Amino acid sequence: MLLADYTIQTVIMGAVLLGISSGVLGSFAVLRQQSLLGDTLAHAALPGVCLGFLLAGSRNLGSLLGGALFTGTLAALMVMVLLRRSRLKTDAALGIVLSLFFAWGVVMLTFIQGRSNASQGGLDAFLFGQAAAILRSDLWVMGGITLLALALVTVFWKEFKLITFDPLFAGSLGLPVRALEALLTAMIALAVVIGLQMVGVVLMAAMIIAPAVAARQWTHRLEPMVVLSALFGATGGTVGALISATGRSLATGPLIILVMSVLVLVSLLASPERGILWDIWQRTRYRRSLKGKQVLTTLYQLSLKHHNHAYPSEQGMVDAYYGVGTEALLKQLAAQGLVARVQHMPEERSHWALTEAGRHEAERILRTLNQYDEHTLDTPLPVSS
Amino acid sequence: MTPLSQRHEPQLAVHVEDLTVSYQSKPVLWDIDVNVPPGVLAAIVGPNGAGKSTLIKSILGLVKPTAGHIYIHGRPYREQRRRVGYVPQRSSVDWDFPTTARDVVTMGLYGKLGWLKRVGKREQQQAEDALELVGMQDFRHRQISQLSGGQQQRVFLARALVQDADVYFLDEPMAGVDATTERAIVNILRELRDQGKTLIVVHHDLQTVTSYFDWLMMLNVRAVAQGSVQDVYTADNLRAAYGGQIALLQSESFLQQLESPADTSADITPDASGVN
Repeated sequence: MLLADYTIQTVIMGAVLLGISSGVLGSFAVLRQQSLLGDTLAHAALPGVCLGFLLAGSRNLGSLLGGALFTGTLAALMVMVLLRRSRLKTDAALGIVLSLFFAWGVVMLTFIQGRSNASQGGLDAFLFGQAAAILRSDLWVMGGITLLALALVTVFWKEFKLITFDPLFAGSLGLPVRALEALLTAMIALAVVIGLQMVGVVLMAAMIIAPAVAARQWTHRLEPMVVLSALFGATGGTVGALISATGRSLATGPLIILVMSVLVLVSLLASPERGILWDIWQRTRYRRSLKGKQVLTTLYQLSLKHHNHAYPSEQGMVDAYYGVGTEALLKQLAAQGLVARVQHMPEERSHWALTEAGRHEAERILRTLNQYDEHTLDTPLPVSS
Repeated sequence: MTPLSQRHEPQLAVHVEDLTVSYQSKPVLWDIDVNVPPGVLAAIVGPNGAGKSTLIKSILGLVKPTAGHIYIHGRPYREQRRRVGYVPQRSSVDWDFPTTARDVVTMGLYGKLGWLKRVGKREQQQAEDALELVGMQDFRHRQISQLSGGQQQRVFLARALVQDADVYFLDEPMAGVDATTERAIVNILRELRDQGKTLIVVHHDLQTVTSYFDWLMMLNVRAVAQGSVQDVYTADNLRAAYGGQIALLQSESFLQQLESPADTSADITPDASGVN
């Protein structure tokens, strides 16, 4: 079936390797707030691919990737010089270099296509990627670079962590901060280059950013974040490749990025503590408990007014104070054992009375409020004088 | 004079000669001499843009000086790294970084650990002991973004403590922290001084200079004055360092009060005023 297909096997293995390397290295790029560096490096690879093609005279993978690495490094150096020698901020420097190199790349691409060379075919696949063009021999290159990335991150783990978190302190310890930063940047450039064939220069940045951003949502420590990021990268790659292999001839690269984006979306929404939904839920819960406290103190003050601890307040009256239905809040308070629904003949509508625990809780709330500021005692009923 | 490779002014904890630092041809520090004896709790004060942080960073080799020599206990900084501790400005790092308080403190041991070695049980124990000294032992597993500003500053201080240094540089450790933390930090700094260590603190609050510190350096691109606090903390020096801004910082009556007791301002280090 699907998995038995030689080409699909190759594509999936390539996607997994790419997902691991870009996931691991992307974690550091994202934490160093250099998400866009990957984007710049990817776009800067295009003129290199064209240069490699012109020099080799044919579509030879080695020379294409060599060219990509060359112009990528050139772009990285240019960003570094701009940041150090001019007053440009990082985003502006990255943006300028990105567009310069991409424009250069597109001009070269159209130049090559205009020469109507028979072997030019598929060079524009580097724009959006063409996973099916990956060969078994390419996998060795991808595997080698992935292994190198994993080995370097393992060996220099604490150094990479420190220069990412606190480069000043790292420098005071005598760590070669610039050399380590350059090493990380070079590794990201390598990851970008091996991803070009699969996802293309335009979308490659997402391979660097997406797994790391998704992983960051689920953990508070760097170690699990990096592992999870590699896992997300590999999963996104596999699922995307499988979907594209279902035979509707959909592009693999963009599909991988789409799957990855779904992972990011779910993580941003649903992850505990950092997720948007979790945040909303927390805030709603807090607001409810605040409202509940207000209702409780209202009942308490009504009971004071009537000199009856167990004074049954009519629900309609409580509703009227708040201008909204309070049934749900009262039921919640009842579930906590703070109020109880009582019958009050001859009326048949709902009445609520404080329980013993509810009275103590209301007194406690009012006491703490009074402690801070008498004016914060903001209950709808004026305290009887 | 002895050759540079040998010990230079070994009786001083920090000795800086003719230090000049410039960013894009604009001088940030101009021909500074610094002499700090060992065993003092020293403050560096000066207006915004006076180069206080830059002075610390260039002593630590984080900023490349245009000119000048730096000695820690008589030797160049490169040879004395293990004897120096550093607390950067709290705002210089991203506190949303995925790590715990204890993990940040163990970073202070990376220098001693060296390459390739991993953080082990011993390092974690050292970090926990340091967290206890700053009253943060209960927060050791806490994600650092969940800590308050004062707690983050204490974590940074604990990281410097595990460095077990002889000379400490602290960049605005009291900025934006609560009163309890400020008191705790001052107590720890005093304790370190009493152990014979030297502490050099960039400080922003003139009101507390005299009560916290025993050595003072006033900076405004040039070194305005340095010496013991009672000698240096004078109305003349404050005016020289802060210029017109002093009116915003202190009332005139405060300055007059400073002027009245006696003329102690004559005791300024001679080097500081001879610069032009």
